[in-house]
Amino acid sequence: MSREEMDLRAREQLVTIARGWYDQMRDGLVPFIRLPTRTKQNIEYNDESEVWTYGERESTRAATSEKSAVHLLKMAYVIGFLKQQLAEGRSSTLRELYYISEGWKRAKFGAQDESNRLIEDLEILTDLQREAFHLRPEEDGAAIFGPLKLRESTQRGVREIHCQEDVGEAGYPIPNNVDTLDFIDHDAKFVIAIETGGMYARLMENGFDEEYGAILVNLKGQPARSTRRVLRRLNETMDLPVVVFTDGDPWSYRIYASVAYGSIKSAHMSERLATPQAQFVGVQPSDITDYNLPSDKLTEQDVAALKSELTDPRFATDYWREQINLQLEMKLKSEQQAFASRGLDFVTKEYLPTRLSEMGII
Amino acid sequence: MVLAEDLAKQQRSISVAEFFEKNKHLLGFDSPTRGIITTVKEAVDNALDACEEAEVLPDIFVAIRKVGTDVYRITVEDNGPGIVGKNVPYVFGKLLYGSRFHQIRQSRGQQGIGISAAVLYAQLTTGVPALVISRTGANAPAHRFELMIKTETNEPDVLVHEEIDWDRTHGTRIEIEFRSTLAAKKRLLEYLRYTAVVNPHARITADIDGELTVFERVSSEVPPCPKAILPHPHGIEFGALKRIAAVSAEPLDEFLVNSFSRVGKKTAEEMIALANLKPRRKVKGLEAEELKRLLAAMQQVKVPAPPAQQCLSPIGEDLIRKGLEKEIPLDFIKSRTRPSTVFSGHSFIIEAAIGYGGKLPAEGSGQILRFANRVPLLYQQGACAITGCVSQVNWKAYGLSQAGLPAGPVLIMVHVASTNVPFTSESKDAIASIPEIEREIVLVLQELGRELKTYLNRRDKKKQQDDRARAICSIIPEIAAKVSDIVELPPLDTSPIEGKIMRKLVAKKRTSDGTVSIDVHNYTAREIAFTLYNLSRDDAADAEPKPDFVDAFDGEYNKVWKCLLAPGTVWQVTYSGSGDGSIDLRGVEENQKVVVDLDV
Repeated sequence: MSREEMDLRAREQLVTIARGWYDQMRDGLVPFIRLPTRTKQNIEYNDESEVWTYGERESTRAATSEKSAVHLLKMAYVIGFLKQQLAEGRSSTLRELYYISEGWKRAKFGAQDESNRLIEDLEILTDLQREAFHLRPEEDGAAIFGPLKLRESTQRGVREIHCQEDVGEAGYPIPNNVDTLDFIDHDAKFVIAIETGGMYARLMENGFDEEYGAILVNLKGQPARSTRRVLRRLNETMDLPVVVFTDGDPWSYRIYASVAYGSIKSAHMSERLATPQAQFVGVQPSDITDYNLPSDKLTEQDVAALKSELTDPRFATDYWREQINLQLEMKLKSEQQAFASRGLDFVTKEYLPTRLSEMGII
Repeated sequence: MVLAEDLAKQQRSISVAEFFEKNKHLLGFDSPTRGIITTVKEAVDNALDACEEAEVLPDIFVAIRKVGTDVYRITVEDNGPGIVGKNVPYVFGKLLYGSRFHQIRQSRGQQGIGISAAVLYAQLTTGVPALVISRTGANAPAHRFELMIKTETNEPDVLVHEEIDWDRTHGTRIEIEFRSTLAAKKRLLEYLRYTAVVNPHARITADIDGELTVFERVSSEVPPCPKAILPHPHGIEFGALKRIAAVSAEPLDEFLVNSFSRVGKKTAEEMIALANLKPRRKVKGLEAEELKRLLAAMQQVKVPAPPAQQCLSPIGEDLIRKGLEKEIPLDFIKSRTRPSTVFSGHSFIIEAAIGYGGKLPAEGSGQILRFANRVPLLYQQGACAITGCVSQVNWKAYGLSQAGLPAGPVLIMVHVASTNVPFTSESKDAIASIPEIEREIVLVLQELGRELKTYLNRRDKKKQQDDRARAICSIIPEIAAKVSDIVELPPLDTSPIEGKIMRKLVAKKRTSDGTVSIDVHNYTAREIAFTLYNLSRDDAADAEPKPDFVDAFDGEYNKVWKCLLAPGTVWQVTYSGSGDGSIDLRGVEENQKVVVDLDV
């Protein structure tokens, strides 16, 4: 589909929502919208796609109270704005959208969370991604370093980039809209997604990518959508196994879960963003004792997060139950960079090779 | 033995005054700041008690003046019956001297410690004697005293006593000076305000360092003075029984009937039989063992509750409400007086009130006002049985949030009236946990909680209706305008939605480009006569139609239109102006109208 066609489709989809309200009001009805309930209780495992998406539960928002009416009014203003933006061929960031609403009087957003969420609602209603509305997040995507050649269509022309030879030490930065990317070729055996920049740099410095044919992806914490989309596409179109290497604490397990199974907030996009084949490398709670890693005591929040994961359907496997219970028992957590206590080469010479061959990756 | 003899030389009796000199906290004089409040409290309690006994409407004057660095002069004057000259030194200059200690009835003060403790405190901190003026009537002269307390003997030390002319016909005035601070000024005013709440028949004037506050009375009825009653057989202890038995010349059967409340001939016979004693034996001659048997029998036999009507004086639901309303602005208030009950032979009555909204703070724990025998309890809230009971009630069931205490703009007032209020200590700050009392408090709070819930439900329903009216009449038209713009179709008229949902008389004011327009839609099925009031700075000289009349004052114009509107029709007025101000529909029932100001 050409850019023009995509824009036209986005405009039509948005106007359809407004048209629905127009017809409702013309018929003497209070305008309303219907959306899936976006909570942990309403995500379901889809056997076919192997990811977690929203279930059947729906909630109706009708303009019968001031709060709901204002919500619809805000949505109408956003639709009006996006329609114009598409017509003019402009784009804006999510943050800019929030500031633009300053001039909308009663339809002004109270906080950026509110406008972000409303955009997600529009994604669900139109079955499109926010990029189709010419909206982009302000945070950068993550970085890639490894034996991968790709093509990016930028506003200033098409660029072919080799992610080892054509990039600096920071790697190739993933753009916000990854639909402009094509993977041309690779010489890799697997993709390793890494939580922290420190560990990413360590693997690069130690030449782990060259030695094992690994594409390194720096997640930079909880990964942006574009990063998750790239991981999925590397897995799907290039047939590369994906492994995730994070710290050994409950928050990092959630990073893995959102890569592998999809997040609750964007469960409507799970089928595009999640990589169900992604495997967890570590740090596993059992590694903390096996390798005698320096560790910290779990905080109360950590313990609560671990317990909540025990009831999270995404973690309902024997492997996770065992690891989480083990961690609750020993009450300790370790960062991935804790391997440095055994020397700077330990992680690339010992830990990863052992663990990855155990997992059947190398 | 030498040691024992040495010790013996140091062993001597301690006077009550000496004891309290060392244990000031027991009487509420633990800090100078608190000393002021305790002094005012004791003096005001005495004044109110005295006025009640004399059946006069209390007029109490309280003054606190700074007279030197950290030295304050406290003056309390009442219009009570006065104290006869020869008794004045004892009332103010001897601890444990009082008229109410031996009586079984509801009163504020009891032991006769409070005011003399204040005198003692003054003499300890400044050495200045207390000044007392008292007059018992128009025909008697006023007595003026300057006095102190001899701490070694607990006897009054009269420095000056003279008869003087006083412009009051009856009453008592006390002035004492002591070292203190006014840090607790807010609390002091709180104490006076709460005293005014539960004594709605009293006028209290406070002059705190030149700042005058008057708590006006709302009732001009003197509450009936509680009458003393005989002890109840279930409320007596061995020592007391032995004491009254020792001074009686009566035989057992008569003694029981004449010395106790609610004991008739039959009940007395039952007790005597149970104790295995002879009815005609003189009680004076009973052995300790026999008295013990008698006591056990007295507790065992069923006896009706003591006559609470006589010995207790509850405030009453009506006056509690009036008292609270005059001092604290509230949106809702309900009060309850429970029937009287008994614990260990002592009568008591629980009264309570619940208030909501008004100027109460919307966040944080609700306010708890505790009272015992019409005296506010200001300290040790956490240790008090009342607080415990308030936390024990499940307020969430009544529509309040709760974290121990209920939270939000709520006020809970509890009054315990009893012939013997069980305090946790002599400073009388907190009520002890007595199961019978706690049960009554919880019951009355639950009753009030249900009333509050009814009110909150009604209020929420009204709120929801208002909320819906705003959504339908003010926001939906905006959605319609925006949506019509997006889909590039003719503007939508949303009045059918309004009509369908509201089925009421809907007035809307809207201003654009210097033109104010007010429409009134009649969405009901009948003809409605209404009066539209529009108060603003616009004179509406070019209004079409013209107002039926206009009131102008202070640069504002109140424009009034009267109209009869057929069902399903619209009336409209427009004029040029800024569109500030307000509109109101009158002559239409509250649930039949919706007024929306689209300019707000």
